[in-house]
Amino acid sequence: MPRVAPMPVQAPVDAMVVSVAGVGLIFGLALLVIRLVRRRRFVDPVDRATYETLHTAALATRSLRDGLTPEGATRATRHLRSMLGSTAVAITDTAATLAWDGAGSHHRNHVRAHAEPVLSSGRTLVLGFDEIVCHDPDCSIRSGIIAPIVADDRVVAALAAYGRHTSTGLVRATEELAGWISTQIELAELGRQRTRVVEAELRALRAQISPHFIYNCLAAIASFVRTDPDRARELLLEFADFTRYALRRGGAYTTLRDELQNIERYLALEKARFGERLVVSLTIAPEVLAVSVPFLAIQPLVENAVRHGIEHKAGVGHVTITAADVGATAEITIEDDGAGSDPETMRAVLAGESGGDSLGLGNVDARLRQAFGDEYGLVVETAPGAGTKVSFRVPKFAPGVHSGP
Amino acid sequence: MPGSTSSWGVAAITLVCLATVAVGALGLRLSRTTSDFYVAGRVVTAGWNASAIGGEYLSAASFLGVAGLVYSLGTHMLWLPVGYTLGYLVLLVLVAAPLRRSGAYTIPDFAEARLQSDRVRRLASLLVVAIGWLYLLPQFQGAGLALRTVTGGSPALGSFIVAVVVFASVAAGGMRSITLVQAMQYWIKLFAIAVPAFVLLWLWARGGQPLPSVSDPAGPFGGALPAYATREHPLYATYSTMLALCFGTMGLPHVLVRFYTNPDGRAARRTTVFVIALLGLFYLFPPVLGMLGRIYLPDLPQDARADSILLLLPSAMVPGMLGDLLSAVLAAGAFAAFLSTASGLTVSVAGVVDQDLFSSRLNRRLGGDLPRRKTFRLACVVAIAIPYAASWLAPSITLADTVGMAFAIAASTFCPLLILGVWWRRLSVAGAAAGLLVGGGLALGATLATFAGVGSSVSGWLPVLLAQPAAWTMPLAFATAVIVSLATPRSVPLNATRVMVRLHAPEEVTGRVGSHGD
Repeated sequence: MPRVAPMPVQAPVDAMVVSVAGVGLIFGLALLVIRLVRRRRFVDPVDRATYETLHTAALATRSLRDGLTPEGATRATRHLRSMLGSTAVAITDTAATLAWDGAGSHHRNHVRAHAEPVLSSGRTLVLGFDEIVCHDPDCSIRSGIIAPIVADDRVVAALAAYGRHTSTGLVRATEELAGWISTQIELAELGRQRTRVVEAELRALRAQISPHFIYNCLAAIASFVRTDPDRARELLLEFADFTRYALRRGGAYTTLRDELQNIERYLALEKARFGERLVVSLTIAPEVLAVSVPFLAIQPLVENAVRHGIEHKAGVGHVTITAADVGATAEITIEDDGAGSDPETMRAVLAGESGGDSLGLGNVDARLRQAFGDEYGLVVETAPGAGTKVSFRVPKFAPGVHSGP
Repeated sequence: MPGSTSSWGVAAITLVCLATVAVGALGLRLSRTTSDFYVAGRVVTAGWNASAIGGEYLSAASFLGVAGLVYSLGTHMLWLPVGYTLGYLVLLVLVAAPLRRSGAYTIPDFAEARLQSDRVRRLASLLVVAIGWLYLLPQFQGAGLALRTVTGGSPALGSFIVAVVVFASVAAGGMRSITLVQAMQYWIKLFAIAVPAFVLLWLWARGGQPLPSVSDPAGPFGGALPAYATREHPLYATYSTMLALCFGTMGLPHVLVRFYTNPDGRAARRTTVFVIALLGLFYLFPPVLGMLGRIYLPDLPQDARADSILLLLPSAMVPGMLGDLLSAVLAAGAFAAFLSTASGLTVSVAGVVDQDLFSSRLNRRLGGDLPRRKTFRLACVVAIAIPYAASWLAPSITLADTVGMAFAIAASTFCPLLILGVWWRRLSVAGAAAGLLVGGGLALGATLATFAGVGSSVSGWLPVLLAQPAAWTMPLAFATAVIVSLATPRSVPLNATRVMVRLHAPEEVTGRVGSHGD
C-alpha cells in the first residue's frame, strides 16, 4: 500500500534535487568532521616522531599543571611511559608513591623505598636484579632507573622507570624527563604563586574600603543625626550592610545582583554626602542579574567614577551604570562626566606600573582576566576633560566560575 | 485567497515585520526605562519568563501546522498539541532546576560544566547547529506559505522576506534577548489566534452548521484515537512522535537559554509550570479552527496546502471585509510566530557558531582581533543562509513533520546527555561522546534519508522507522552512553560528585553568602 501523503507529492524532479542536496549536505558535513578531527599526515617519519613526542609532552604538561598531585601524576605517567617506552613508570614524592602506570603494579608500594637514596642524595640510581625482589617468575619488572625531580634546589620527588633491562640511553632519557618534570613543577608553583598574589590583592582590596570613605560616611551621617534622625538611622544600617558585604569571607565570585545591591548601598551613602551634586542612573537588564562576577569587581569602578565625576569638579556630576545582555555575555559599563584623565596614565595604571589615584583599577582588571581569560579585561575610554568610561564583559558561563563560597 | 491580493494582509504583515526590526534595533531603549534605585532587586518574574519562553517556542508548526493536521487527519491529531506541551512536564520534573543550578547558559556549556571536556562541548555545539537548522527550515517554508496564501505573492518572496527581516533584527541588536519583548510576542500570538477563533465560533453557532460526524468510525472525526491513521504502522508512528516531543523539548537550543534568566532552580521550576499553562491555553485554538475548516471547507482548494487552512478559513466563512480582516490578523500572528521563533533560533545557532566554531579560528587565521560584532554578524549569515537554501530544496513535507524531526534529533542526543548528566554520577566523557555520536548519527541519518525520499518509493516498516526515528534512536543513544560509561570508568570526570552536589542541592544549602535577606 503506498504511503498516503496529506498533500500531492511532487514530480521526481524534486526527488532528484533533494537527493543532490542531501549528498551535498553529507559531503559538507564529512568535510567539516575531517576539518575538526584535523589529523595531520606526515610524510617524513622524523617529522612524525618529533610531532608525536611534542604532542605527548604537551599532554603530560596539561596533567602537571597543578603540580604533583596524585590525580595529575596518574594522568601524566601514562604519557611519560609512552615517551620513555619502558614497561612501567612511577612517580613518588617524599611521602608515598603517587602514581604507577604499566605492568607489574604490585611493585607500586616499593617505589618509595627504592627511591630513598635518590630522594636523600639527589643522584640518579640504577637498580638491578638484586635490588628488585620479585617472586613472580613472569614479572617483567627486573631493573629500574630512578631520577630525582628537583624544584627550588630541593629534591621533591623521583621519577622511576622499570623494565626487564636498562640501557645507557634509557638512563639519560629518564634523567632528561625528570629534569623536564622539574621545570613543569616549578612552572606550576609559579602559577600557584600568581593565584596567591591575586588572592592577597583581593584581601587587600577588601580591607581597602578606604578610611576616607568611612570617615566621610560617618561625618555625613553625623550631620543628619539632629536634623533627620530617621535618615541617619537608615544610613547607619546601609553602612552596616555595606561593610558586612565588603568584609565577608567566602568565595571569589558573587552574582551581579548581590554586587549591584551593594553598589546601591554605597551610592546611598555617597548621596547622603554629596546631596544634589551626585546624579546616578542605573540601567540594568534583569536577564543578566544571575551572572557570576568576581567579588567586589564593580564597586571600585563606581567609587572611581564618583571620585572623578564629583570630587575633582565643580557642579553636578553624573554617573551612569549600565548592565546589558549581549548574547552569551553581559556588558557592564560605568561612565562619569568628570575630569577624565590622560590615556597614558590610565594605561600605566592598568599595566600595574603605578597605582595613581585610580583605586584598584589594575586589580579589577587582573582579576577579570584571571577568571575569564585575557579578552575579558577592562576597557577604559578617557581623555582630559572628557569624562571616563570603563566597561567590561563577563561571559554568562565560564568553567570553574560559580558564585557562592 | 490565492491570487487575490489582500491589502489588509499585506498591511498586517508589513506592520509585524517593521515592528520586529524596530524592536530589535531599539529594543533596549524601548523596553527599559532608566530608573534610579533598587533596580537590582527587580528580577524577571516566572510569569514574564514563561511568556517569553512561549513567545519563542510557539512556531509556525504550532500556529499553522497543528490546525492543518487536525483539518486533514481529524481528531486523531489532537494528541500532537498535547505532545508539544508535554515536553515541558519532562523538563520540569527531570532537568529544569539542576540545569539552572549548573550555571550553564547553553547545552554545550552544560556539557563542559558537567564533564570538563572540550571535545564533548564541540560535539554538542555541532548538534545545536544541526537541530537549529532543521527547526529553522520549516519556519522559512511556513512564512512563504503564509505570504502566498494572504497576498498571492510567490512563496519564494515570503521566505526571502523572513530571512532578511530575521537577519536585520538579529544583527541589529538581537543578541540582546529582551524578556519583555519576547513575552509580548506570546500575547500577540494568543490574541491573533484567539480573537479570530472566537469570532468564527460565534458565526458558526449562529449559522447552525452541523458538527462533523463523530459517530462515523471511518471518518476523520470518528473512532478511537489511532493517530496517523493514513500511514502504515500508525501506533508506532504515534508513540515515536510522542517520545520525540516529550524528550526533545529539553534539547531545543532556543528554549534552554531562557532558563538562565531565572534567579535560581526553584524559579526555573515555577517558570516551567507557567509555560505548561500558557502553552495549554494557546493550543486550545488551532484544533478548533481546524475543525471549523472541516465544516466550511470540506475540500481543500486547488494548489493549497493543508497547512494554510487557517488562513483560508475566514474568507470562506465570511466573504468580505470581516473575513479579510480576520485573515489578516491570523496571517500577522503566523508571521509573528515565524519571526520570533526564527530570531530566537538564529541567535542561538549564531551564538554557537560564533563562539565555538568560528571566532577563535577566524581570529587565529586572520591574526588579528576581529570585533565581536562582526564575527557574530557573519555567524548570523551562516545560521540563516543554510536553512533558507534548504527550504528551497527540501520537499513539501508538512511543517509539523519537519519540526518533529528536529525534536527527534534533540531527543536522541541532548536528552541522554542532560538526563544522564543530571542524574547519573558515573557518566563518563567517553560515554557521553559515544551517546551523542550514536544518537545524533542515527537520527540525522534517518532525517536526511527521509528528505532524500527513501521512504516514498518503498512500503513497509522502513519509511516509518526513518520518518519517526525517536523510538529506536533514543533508547540506542541511552544504551550506548550507559554501556560505554560503565566500560570506561577512568574517564569519569574527577569532580563529578562535587558537580552533582551543586546540581541537586538547593541554593540555600550550597550557600549564597552574599545575600542578606536575613
